[in-house]
Amino acid sequence: MSNNRSIISGIDWWTIVLFLVIALFGWLNIYGSSYSFDQTSIWDFSNRAGKQLVWLATAVVMGGIILMIEEKAYDVLGYIFYGLMLLLLIATPIFARDIKGSLSWLTIGPISLQPAEFAKCFTAIAIAKYMSRYGYKVRDLRDLTVPFLLMGVPMLIIMVAQKETGSALVFISFLLAFYRQGMTGYVLSWGVASILLFILVIRFGEMALPFGTGNLGILISTTLIHTIVLGLLIGKEKDMRSAIIMALGVVVCYGIGLLVNIWIAVNFNYIAIVSLAYVAIYLLIQAVKQRKSSMGWIVGFVMVSTLLCQGCDYAFHNILQRHQRVRIEVLLGMKDDPHGAGYNVNQSLIAIGSGQTTGKGFLQGTQTKLKFVPEQDTDFIFCTVGEEWGFIGSAGLLLLYLALILRIIYIAERQRDKFSMIYAYCVAGILLFHVTINIGMVLGLLPVIGIPLPFFSYGGSSLWGFTILLAIMLRLDAARVNKMQG
Amino acid sequence: MINDRFYKRKYVIGGIAVCIVLSYILRLFFLQIIDQSTKEKAENNAQLRQTLYPSRGLIYDRNGELLVANQPIYEVTMIVREMKQEPFDTIGLCNALHISRDSFEIRMQDMTNRKKNRGYTQFAPQIFMPNLSQEEVAQLQQEKYKYPGVDIRIRTLRDYTYPIASHILGSVGEVNHNDIQQDDYYKTGDYSGRGGIERTYEKELRGKKGVEVYMRDSRGRIQGSYQNGQMDMPAEAGNDLYLSIDRATQQVAEQLMQNKIGSIVAIEPKTGEVIAMVSAPNWDPRRLVGKERSANYQQLLKDTNKPLMNRATQAQYAPGSTFKILQALVALQNGSITPHTKYPCNGQQSTPIKCTHDHGSPVDLEEGIEQSCNPYFWALYRDMLQQDGYENGHALFKEHYNEWREVIASFGLGERFANTDIREQAKGYLPTTDFYNRIYGQKGWKAITIRSLSIGQGEILVTPLQLANQAAAIANKGYYITPHFNRNDSMKSDIHTTLVDSVHFDVVHRGMSRVMTEGTGRWYNIPELQMCGKTGTVQNPHGEDHALFIGFAPQDNPQIAVAVAVENAGFGATWACPIATLVMEQYLTGEISRNALFERMTNANLIDKADEQ
Repeated sequence: MSNNRSIISGIDWWTIVLFLVIALFGWLNIYGSSYSFDQTSIWDFSNRAGKQLVWLATAVVMGGIILMIEEKAYDVLGYIFYGLMLLLLIATPIFARDIKGSLSWLTIGPISLQPAEFAKCFTAIAIAKYMSRYGYKVRDLRDLTVPFLLMGVPMLIIMVAQKETGSALVFISFLLAFYRQGMTGYVLSWGVASILLFILVIRFGEMALPFGTGNLGILISTTLIHTIVLGLLIGKEKDMRSAIIMALGVVVCYGIGLLVNIWIAVNFNYIAIVSLAYVAIYLLIQAVKQRKSSMGWIVGFVMVSTLLCQGCDYAFHNILQRHQRVRIEVLLGMKDDPHGAGYNVNQSLIAIGSGQTTGKGFLQGTQTKLKFVPEQDTDFIFCTVGEEWGFIGSAGLLLLYLALILRIIYIAERQRDKFSMIYAYCVAGILLFHVTINIGMVLGLLPVIGIPLPFFSYGGSSLWGFTILLAIMLRLDAARVNKMQG
Repeated sequence: MINDRFYKRKYVIGGIAVCIVLSYILRLFFLQIIDQSTKEKAENNAQLRQTLYPSRGLIYDRNGELLVANQPIYEVTMIVREMKQEPFDTIGLCNALHISRDSFEIRMQDMTNRKKNRGYTQFAPQIFMPNLSQEEVAQLQQEKYKYPGVDIRIRTLRDYTYPIASHILGSVGEVNHNDIQQDDYYKTGDYSGRGGIERTYEKELRGKKGVEVYMRDSRGRIQGSYQNGQMDMPAEAGNDLYLSIDRATQQVAEQLMQNKIGSIVAIEPKTGEVIAMVSAPNWDPRRLVGKERSANYQQLLKDTNKPLMNRATQAQYAPGSTFKILQALVALQNGSITPHTKYPCNGQQSTPIKCTHDHGSPVDLEEGIEQSCNPYFWALYRDMLQQDGYENGHALFKEHYNEWREVIASFGLGERFANTDIREQAKGYLPTTDFYNRIYGQKGWKAITIRSLSIGQGEILVTPLQLANQAAAIANKGYYITPHFNRNDSMKSDIHTTLVDSVHFDVVHRGMSRVMTEGTGRWYNIPELQMCGKTGTVQNPHGEDHALFIGFAPQDNPQIAVAVAVENAGFGATWACPIATLVMEQYLTGEISRNALFERMTNANLIDKADEQ
């Protein structure tokens, strides 16, 4: 009993309050967006708001139970949970009904569950368990092989077998925890640089050069790679000599290209590859000569980026499905399609924008009430907030999420054991990723990727999944007090 | 707390979260507070703008008799996006509309095909079935609530009190892509005037569309009036139109022209108002209304007699002997003859043009007109043109020719009438000196070369409208008013004075009167109506001669000027003249007294004769 009392006293009530405020606000908005004019009662459990209330109540109960379970269970049973989860993920597409091309839903009696929503939690536990084992340290990327596998396997299953790109991408968020544990920052920078290069290549890919042949996208992205390498050489390696030689070589490459172009039309895509190859080879020689591994990283960056630039044009046109391609084109402003692919986002922006400062008031949003935004109680629920609660409500919700995430980081940092800390960082990363992608999509800043807003979107699986995720963290955190005492 | 060398990274991670949230809040700030456009877009979204169609202006004749009215018609519309939203009872709808499932699918495909329905969008009502009667929509009207997105709209179609005046009135049909692009008043499925008065006065007749704005959901279910109807605008009915047409005269004229090819134009000389205008063959205007419109239109289009062509304004004939009146007037004005000038006639032996009538010699002007004496008018024309000889490379001859042409043109020949509501006119043709120079060379032509012109044959072409207008100008003794249909005052002031002084007209009037009392028109004269006229028989290289007549009545105070052209009918005196006298009789007395003549003319079938050629 003393244990339970200390658990209650050790619980981080800030997190619970934030969770409850967000979840109840979400429920209000689900009620708002699924409201119809002939609805009789707010307590009607056959409608979405009523169901969500049931989900929420059960989620709270579930959270309570988790708080009572011995925290060591997660550490001990982590791999077993993870293994069972993988089996479930693989089994799901076999039994699942096809819902809009996705094979991620398991139907048991009246309840439909999406196992992918729970996979995040168990993957986080497994990763935390592995990375917290005695003597484990992240020195270089090789040490991260197992965590990468733990992260990548469920991700691959969800993406390939279940065809749920959005849910799969969420696993990328574990990189944040890896980073905190010592993974080189280059990986994150690479991620950002890759996205940037992808956008440049696609956005300018169909524009011709004013001279020769080839496309503007490749030229711009190549220039960007050169600039980054130059920046790294000067700023990080403090190697002025290599920087100058490299820059001169690139200029010579392009100079020859332009010169030849006077007589024969030159494909500058090849000039770009030649200049990058030159940079890679030159730096590789320097790395070996100077015995500098950091120089090797730069070579890796050049090679991967080059492959990316050349590859993503191909991938964009040949691997991505048509609707995905159109979504990206619309987002990058290359296509205008207010009734097609751009319809959802366009309507969502109208809904949010029309809310103005204070919003139209609860149940007063025409965009929401008149059902212009599809999926408005799931992925697009932030529209309802924007429309009915205005800037104050929507910015307020964002700040609530920020407060929750920062609180979780704070909790993570105060842990005394690595398992709890890594797990908490995984939770922070997952929440940050969901909020970023979901709201970024609704605000028209990111492509349409269907993932729910944590604790907010309609849906039992997602609410249960996030609640379990959070409750386990709270349980681990509460145990910290015991550890201090013991 | 775990002390590790990476502890500072918590700030990086926290910083990333803060940056993302702040940038999103910034985005929200722009979207919600700076950008004001989305509010309006949201309001537009929430509206269903239901167009209210105005009733088209009515059309009356000169006596206030109703010619064109409106009748209600129903059309079934669909908003496709709403139909997709929930299980849609297609079979029920098919039953309600009494159509088969197959025809439902075909109609659906046609409606959603942007090639056939250019303005198609799944968000706005599209016409699924147009032109339905009240009975046809009755069942759907009751069950409409079962079919979301399906609606019934009332439109009006034209209704005609008499089956007449099809060419004058034109018709009303669906707008095409061109109309929509040129005038943004129109939307796909709207109607507008196609041809005739309906087109000329489209803007007056169409009125103004109104709108009712409703709040709706994206399934199209109307949730109530938007802002309590503040945005609603009632439709404004089109303006009524009073035409100068006399219904009874028009009807008689059309009966007279049935089974014939040709036209009648009657004008009130003092006002230029068109009393009747017939182009035969024509059609019952009711055939170009509603469901049958397009099929009937195609039929008319394919008809080898070209009923769609308005012969009254577009057919061009040589004026034949009717032209002798103008020849006389030009010569009198020119001074090359006086009313007493006589020319000999050698009857059949006359050269270069023989006389077709049997009369004494020599003849003066009045008798020349009465007898339509070809040698008289050849001599008149010759003397007028070559009064100064052929010196200086025909300079003075050509000058006289140009003078002649100018006077003729002042009667409204050789050009279209401008500033009028009569559409689709042909120009006719008055040959220029350049024209003859090109054919014969600068010095290659003389009066003898163009002798056919003296009797209205040859290269000259006129339309029946021009003939009637010319008759009006003669009746008015030297001026005409641009012929027109609208009975308002504005068009009555468009006066054109001819280049022949009024003093010269009396003798011509006397001659035209003698045509009706003693000459070619004597069989059809009604003395108390004081008719004046001139017949014409136009040689037609393709077959039987065309019969022409111009005239006016009464001589003292002309009320009606008329031109009749009957193609391939033979003598003007036999066909065109009696028809014209009947038209004048109807207009001046309000009835037909010569029933036997009327029957004979009405029953005569000259169209088959024309077709044989």
